[in-house]
This record gives sequence, structure tokens and C-alpha cells, in this order.
Amino acid sequence: MKILVPVKRVADPDNANKVKVSDDGSRVTSDGLEWKMNPFDEWSLEAALRLTEDAGAKKRVGEVVLVSIGPKDEVQTIRQGLAMGDERGILVEAEDDDLDSHVVAQVLEAIAKKEEPDVVFLGKQSADGDSNVAGTKLADFLDWPLVNYAMHIATDDEGKTFTVKRELDVGQQTLKVTAPCVFTASDRILQPQAIKNGVTADDFAYPESDGGRYASLKGIMQAKKKPVEETTLEGLGVTPTRVNAYGSFTLPAARTGSTVFLETVEELVEKLQTEAKVL
Amino acid sequence: MVRRPGRGTVLGAMATYLFETDAHAELRQQIRRFAASEIAPHAHAWEEAESFPRELYARAGEIGLLGLGYPEEVGGHGGDLSHVIVAAEEMVVAGTSVGTCVGLGSHGIALPPIVRFGSDAQKERFVRPVLEGTKIAALGITEPGGGSDVAGLRTRAVRDGDHYVVDGAKTFITSGTRCDFVVTAVRTGGEGHGGISLLIIERDTPGFHVSKKLAKTGWWASDTAELTFEGCRVPAVNLIGLENAGFLAIMANFVSERLMLAAQCVAIAELAYRETRRYVREREAFGRPLAGFQVTRHKLADMATRLAAARALTGEALQRYLDGDERPSLAAMAKNTATDMCSYVCDEAVQLHGGYGYMREMIVERLYRDARLYPIGGGTREIMNEIIAKTEGF
Repeated sequence: MKILVPVKRVADPDNANKVKVSDDGSRVTSDGLEWKMNPFDEWSLEAALRLTEDAGAKKRVGEVVLVSIGPKDEVQTIRQGLAMGDERGILVEAEDDDLDSHVVAQVLEAIAKKEEPDVVFLGKQSADGDSNVAGTKLADFLDWPLVNYAMHIATDDEGKTFTVKRELDVGQQTLKVTAPCVFTASDRILQPQAIKNGVTADDFAYPESDGGRYASLKGIMQAKKKPVEETTLEGLGVTPTRVNAYGSFTLPAARTGSTVFLETVEELVEKLQTEAKVL
Repeated sequence: MVRRPGRGTVLGAMATYLFETDAHAELRQQIRRFAASEIAPHAHAWEEAESFPRELYARAGEIGLLGLGYPEEVGGHGGDLSHVIVAAEEMVVAGTSVGTCVGLGSHGIALPPIVRFGSDAQKERFVRPVLEGTKIAALGITEPGGGSDVAGLRTRAVRDGDHYVVDGAKTFITSGTRCDFVVTAVRTGGEGHGGISLLIIERDTPGFHVSKKLAKTGWWASDTAELTFEGCRVPAVNLIGLENAGFLAIMANFVSERLMLAAQCVAIAELAYRETRRYVREREAFGRPLAGFQVTRHKLADMATRLAAARALTGEALQRYLDGDERPSLAAMAKNTATDMCSYVCDEAVQLHGGYGYMREMIVERLYRDARLYPIGGGTREIMNEIIAKTEGF
């Protein structure tokens, strides 16, 4: 089974309150913040690793290819994934400001056609832009089946077909899809028994986790030797057509942190209506 | 937006050692995430309970933490003492429970003699399972009758056929109450350092007793025990290296142990400093945050300065050690500098926290108690000065 996992870096989401807007309001700046792999991509990456390994024997049985689009040092994000166990990476050089979900989907379409994976497994959204668009657009461009917010994935024929449970507000939906296909994941995909790949024993349970697996020093050192192919939009034959233009950015109003104590429920309801405007 | 469980302490750019490479930075990131999500949420509870779950060993083995600094041939994950030290620092700073870290790491002093001088069979049987987290290792040197005087130890091992019969006692043994085996210093020959050997004594050996779990000033989450051996029959194949050559193996261990302890002091002080920096911005007195007073800023400046100096010396001593310079004096100087600094920084941290600094719920109160161990353990401050004096030739 071959899985393509797109990953991007985002400014440390745990310190999002330190993000600033430039003086002219034209862009968001995250100076001084550490880059991290988009946590939603980390979920998909972990799920892809689980689909392509024999967890009991700690053996890889498939291939995971990472792809990232961005400036040259975005290769760090790819190396991070390679340290977790992925086989190789592709870096598409581009400036962050020239990208939107549409261009990202264009690039991924070109790579998917070249790599011919069984699955493209994306994060459901990015923790910075929160657009939740690229996966859906990609499936549309490729004309492949799409399963968003997968929470449980099972295959018993090496990824030719999948039975996938989706997490919805109203409950769960179970779908059967034939590869090649596009997945995005909900956080429940990290549950100890959410992936059944027909190779790892059915009763195997991964440790409880809220993110991808930890890379060991051995993995970190090995990652430095794994192949990362570098290419460009032109090299892939992609003519980027942006569909989004950003007007301006403003920061949300600072919280005052003051606490007001009220005497009656009536007062509370009135304040919730007139001041907080949440009712 | 993803929220990770944790203490909400902002872990910004930590000062690092000069020797660090990209691999150290990436390792720090992994260990920080592990410690923040799997230790920090339980740190206070485990310290108060004076224990952490045994399963944590397996988890730490699985992610390669226990195998750091050990070659792959014995089940390790490669790397050297520099990787062990940065990982330990992240464990302390992001995990916030010093006791848990030192308990998990007790193999760091117990295994090196087996790795260096032990047989292949011993490495398979004792080193590999510890690095996987399925067995727990402890080191037993100190005796109730004498601490620093290693050459005078009295626990006796008498050869009887294929066995040694061991009688005696050991104390202050980290992980002693639940270890699977103890690398034990015993007297197999005459008086002095020439009559000492290292034996691996397994806990299911008849005559092996945990006589008591010791109550300590700090390091609460780490168990510390007094052990007694009454006619313990230990297979002779459990002898590490040659008979009566144990003193050398013990001494060879000391330089790296002291560097590890110095680095732990740097880590503890780093955490105490950060906790304090955060607290003085939040806590108000006389109408403004404590950080608004010059006296507070100067105290913090002194803490940061001493921390930077101890980090620099520890880093230099480590680099020289890795380059093959094993002068014991430099490790001793680094340990004394770091322990003095750590005691000072933790004391100032408590002072700046005021009444809250004296309360058990605060991290700095715990660190203040943890810090007291370091001028004593792994060779006292006074013994360090003896080593320095001898090397300097006066």
C-alpha cells in the first residue's frame, strides 16, 4: 500500500496568542514562534504509518511518501515525518504568500498523478488558515472518492478497498470506498484500535495519544539519510491559479480578564443578550 | 485548534548547550512533547504519592528514551552522553517532576559497568530488557556504615563453587524497592580498593530483602531503599568483569554520573527560573506586578547569570569528556558549580514566590527540596573538592 501524506508547517499553535498582524494589516506575522508540523497533518501521518506497518513485528509493509509545499527550510517538516518512519519526501519549492488551498490542490493533483498512490491522506485543515478545503478540492480535481473526517479505517486487501467510519455531528457514517481515494481524519483516528490494516493483529492496541508517534534518536539520525526530492511548480507543470485574495487582517480584541458578579438570573440573561450578544 | 494537555507553561526558547546539533534540537522537541503530555499532568500527584506507574518504563523504552546513549548492539538507540543530557533536561523542564525523571533514569548509573565490562550473555539478559523498559535496574554502592568511603565497603561475597555467597547491606538505593536487579559492589578480596568486585544480584534471590523504603527530603516520586543480603547465593556468571577489579569500573562510572548530575542541576534551575519569571509577571503587590520592582529584576538577573555560567562549564566538561579527556577534576568542578548554582536559584525562586513558595502546591517548593540532594549524591561537595585538590596537586 502506498500513501501520499501532504504536510505543512504552522507557527506553534500552542502559542497562537503570540501571533501578530503587520502594521499595515496586510499579513499575519509569527516572528519568534517555533515552526511545528500542522497537528492535523500529524494525525493523518500517524494513521498512514499505522496502515502501512506490522505493528507487532515493528516492520514496515508499505510506503508513505511525504509532500510539502513551501520555502526550502520546509524540508525540516519533512525530516520530522521521516524520523517517525516514513520512507521518503518531496519538497515543492514555493513562497507561502503565493499559495492558497486551490494552488495546493493543483500541486497535489500533479504529484498524485505522478506517484499513483492508493491513498492521499490529508489533514482535515491547517491550524493556521483553518480553511478545510484542500482535501475536498484535490478529490474533485482527481475525480477520486473522498472521505472526510475518517475516525476508523479498515482494509483486508492491502488497500484496494477500505471500510471507513466518518465522524459527523449526528453520529457515525460507514462507507466502503475503492482506491485510489482521498482521506482526511478526525482526531479519533488516533484511538488505539482505529486502524485495521489486515497485517497488524486485530487485537493490537496502540498507546493512547493526542498526536503522532515520538521519533527516537535512531529515527532522527536515519531521517537525515532518507531521500527528499526537490521540485518546483514549473517542474510539475502546474500553472498556479489563486482563487483567494486576502483583504486585511485584524487581531481579535484583547480580553479584559475582569470578572463581574451578578445578583439575579434576570440580570445575567439581560447581559448575555445586550453585552455578550450570545443569546 | 488543537489543545495539548499540559501545564500551560509557555516553553519558549530555552538556553541550550554550545555542543548541540540539529539532532539534539529534534530530540529535545520529541522528549518535550512526551514529558509535557505524559508526565506533567501527573507530576504533582506522583510526587505526593511517592511513586509513578511502572508502565512508564515500558512507554519510555518504546519511544527510545531509555536506550539513549547505548549502542544498538545491546538494544540501545545510539547517541552519547550529550543526547542523554539534553533529553533529561527536557524531561525535567517539561515534565516538572524531578523524582519521576531520576527514578526512570536509575539505569543510567547501573548499566554502564555491564556495557563496558560485562559478558555478552549479561548484556542480553540485563541490559536489553532494561532499555526496553521491561526490567528495572539499580546500582548499589553506598552502605549504612559508610558513604563516600567506597574503598572501605564491607558487604562480603565469598566464592562457593559456582556461586558467591553475599552478606551485607546497601542504602540510598534509587529504584531499590522495585528493581529487578542491583549492580552491587561487594568485597571479594582483601581490604582497600583492590578487593572489590561488581556482582549483579537479582531480586528473586533467596536472602535478598528490601529492608525499608526511605522517606526523603526531595525526589519523592523516585523510590529509595535500604537493601540487605543474607546468605544470598549469586551465580558466579553474574560477576561483572574480573574479580577484585570492581573499583576501576565504579570509578569509570563516576565522571559520567557527575556530569549527569551537573546537567540535572542546570535543568532544575532552568525550570525554577522559568516558573519564577512567569510568577513575577502575574503576581501583583503595591499596585504593580512583582516584575515591576528593580529588586525583582536584579534577583532574576543574578539567577540567569549563574545559570548561564553553570551551563557553560557543564557543557565544556561534557565536550572534553566526549573528546576523550576524562580528567575527574573538571567533572567535579562542573558538579560543584552546578549544585551551588541550583541551590541558590531554587532558594531565590522560593523567596520571590513569597508565602506561596512555601506551599506544597507550588513547583518551586518541590524543586527547592529536590535541589538539596545534589551537593550530597554522586560524591559530596567535599569529596569533589578532594578530587580537585588531588588533581591540582596540592
